[in-house]
Amino acid sequence: MQFRVSPLLAALFLMLTTGYAAAIDVRAAVIRVDYQSVLPISRYDLRPDDLGFAGAVLGDEDNGTTGSFLGHTYETRHVTTTPEEAEAALDAILSDGVSLIIILADRDDLLRLTDKAQESSALVFNAGTADVDVRDTECRGNLLHTVPSHAMTADAVAQFAVWKKWTDWFLVAGSNPQDEALADAYRRAAVKFGADITVDRTFEDTGGSRRTDSGHVLVHRQLPIFTQDADDHDVVIAADDTDYFGRYLTYHLWTPRPVMGSAGLRPISMHGAHEAWGATQFQTRFEEATGRRVRPEDYNVWLALRVIGEAVTRANTAEAQGVRDYALSDAFELAAFKGQKVTFRKWNGQLRQPILLYDGAITVSVSPQEGFLHQNSPLDTLGLDEPETNCTAFN
Amino acid sequence: MKSFFIAASITALLASPALAGKAFISNERGNTITVVNTETWEVEDEFFAGNRPRGITVSPDGSKIYVCASDDNLVRVFDANTYEELPSLPAGPDPEVFIIEPSGKRRYIANEDDNLGTVTDTETRTVLAEVPVGVEPEGMGMSPDAKWVVNTSETTNMAHFISTEDYKIYHNVLVDQRPRYAQYTADGSRLFVTSEIGGTVSVMDIAEDGAPTVVGKISFEVPGVQPEWLQPVGAKVTSDGKRLFVALGPANRVAVVDAQSLDVLDYILVGQRVWQLDFTPDEKYLLTTNGNSNDITVIDVAKEEAVRSVQVGEQPWGVVTID
Repeated sequence: MQFRVSPLLAALFLMLTTGYAAAIDVRAAVIRVDYQSVLPISRYDLRPDDLGFAGAVLGDEDNGTTGSFLGHTYETRHVTTTPEEAEAALDAILSDGVSLIIILADRDDLLRLTDKAQESSALVFNAGTADVDVRDTECRGNLLHTVPSHAMTADAVAQFAVWKKWTDWFLVAGSNPQDEALADAYRRAAVKFGADITVDRTFEDTGGSRRTDSGHVLVHRQLPIFTQDADDHDVVIAADDTDYFGRYLTYHLWTPRPVMGSAGLRPISMHGAHEAWGATQFQTRFEEATGRRVRPEDYNVWLALRVIGEAVTRANTAEAQGVRDYALSDAFELAAFKGQKVTFRKWNGQLRQPILLYDGAITVSVSPQEGFLHQNSPLDTLGLDEPETNCTAFN
Repeated sequence: MKSFFIAASITALLASPALAGKAFISNERGNTITVVNTETWEVEDEFFAGNRPRGITVSPDGSKIYVCASDDNLVRVFDANTYEELPSLPAGPDPEVFIIEPSGKRRYIANEDDNLGTVTDTETRTVLAEVPVGVEPEGMGMSPDAKWVVNTSETTNMAHFISTEDYKIYHNVLVDQRPRYAQYTADGSRLFVTSEIGGTVSVMDIAEDGAPTVVGKISFEVPGVQPEWLQPVGAKVTSDGKRLFVALGPANRVAVVDAQSLDVLDYILVGQRVWQLDFTPDEKYLLTTNGNSNDITVIDVAKEEAVRSVQVGEQPWGVVTID
């Protein structure tokens, strides 16, 4: 048994019951860098105009309701920009004194903006980039990650496959650098959890039509040929971060096998049909506030704002340093509709969290899977663990 | 006087002594209520209870069973003897838990989607007040003197103390993540609030004027069980204020706590995903709903051990007993 009264709790309690609470106006910003990109394979994957910002709308609403009892208000600015204008956009925000910044951008821009924010001692939340190195060799002390890394999502898929005893894999990687990086995450996951990649092939991105009629007519002939003469395998793992072939794989294989990864069973931080652990309430609130279903980017932004909200509510701080310190402290915990509390890894600023395995309609399973043990937290079986980290910015 | 629900059941006993001892279990996925005889522990009946029945309680006179049919946005009402359905009460969207004061006059309901606590007159069926509370209001506990309703908000993580005189919030107390249930001791001097994701029970002493003071926090530890799965949900205190029982959700255990010293004394193994609890009116037994094993576990309160389990409907959620 344990019995303890935390002084912090007692102090907070006093403030609450006596009606005294320091008024705090919390100001944050979401910067989304938009890129020229080809259309997704599926029309369902078209990016809504308010992608990410919708999560901020709900985040402000949720934090604001709590804040109404404590004298705290929340206001989050939504900024869309281009890679060329991103720094100027960030400058404008920083010069207004906003020091809590959530960024949806590609790896290079994320790092560039994070370093710029550091000059003003601002704290950045990465809600968009899954690249492993920004949590590792390229990590930053003022950068926290609410979006899961490729290492976490690849491990989530690997654990499920191994739990199913589908340990012989056919890895199909795209040819773009992002696809190759994702494929590397699956190769590491296979070694980590004892799966064999019996076939490892790259499907070249030759451009061409994707969503038009000829798109599926072409792959109809290309993919069966591409996947024939493969050694025995239980499952096909797709590493298609740039979304040009993965969706077609499922029914165009030479040998019929389940597809996981970028198509078929996908590892994801949140989707609009997730209902377990009270998530139905999250979905209802999100849909009411934004008029559409939630996307992972929205959830990642919402998470970042909830982290800020917890720091403000429990540690009475909206300063960048104060929020960072509280988020990385033992006191921090957050309920995130995933059945257990989510917390930050102190060695690289990554939010540890369960990963949903989603088939396009339902939550099929949730990793970490049963039986994958860890000396500290089963969640640390997903992604880079402390002993293997190359990040020194948090020391 | 013990918790309100028990008090209501005692009233029921006095008012209608002909009733046999029964437990009513709401089956969230089966859309039914299972009736279990609390002497023979046989299932007596099972009847349709609306879509997704969860929070369940009994009218102060013991004649009616109320259940939140969450997907119907209704509180459905059933005759406790004939199981015949009576006119429903309007409930607002996604009702999960509500309470009725001992006089039977007013009903307090948590409307999760609107961040409101709604007070309605049970006779005229009109709304008396809407109290803005934190995000995702869930648990509703009433002080034994019926002067306070404590509502827990799952995302705001507070216990809100609402006065039943003017429907204003007088105290907000921060607790750990995802508070689910608020339970006063029978003498009203202490309040327990369970936090599902935080894995703790916050303990508050209650002054004469109803003001809370946090005096401690109970945590749990079971060898061989991951700390993440120790998720406190339902809680009940014995009428002498000595023992607190806490349902620990996916840990499949009920914790036995010394309600004075706050020492955790024991863990009783029950069915899977143990959710809500209720004593039989004589407080001889404690019943637990086990959502994943589709049964209830009967705990002998004096011996503090599980004595049997009874198969009920699909995904049992709540339980209420009458004598």
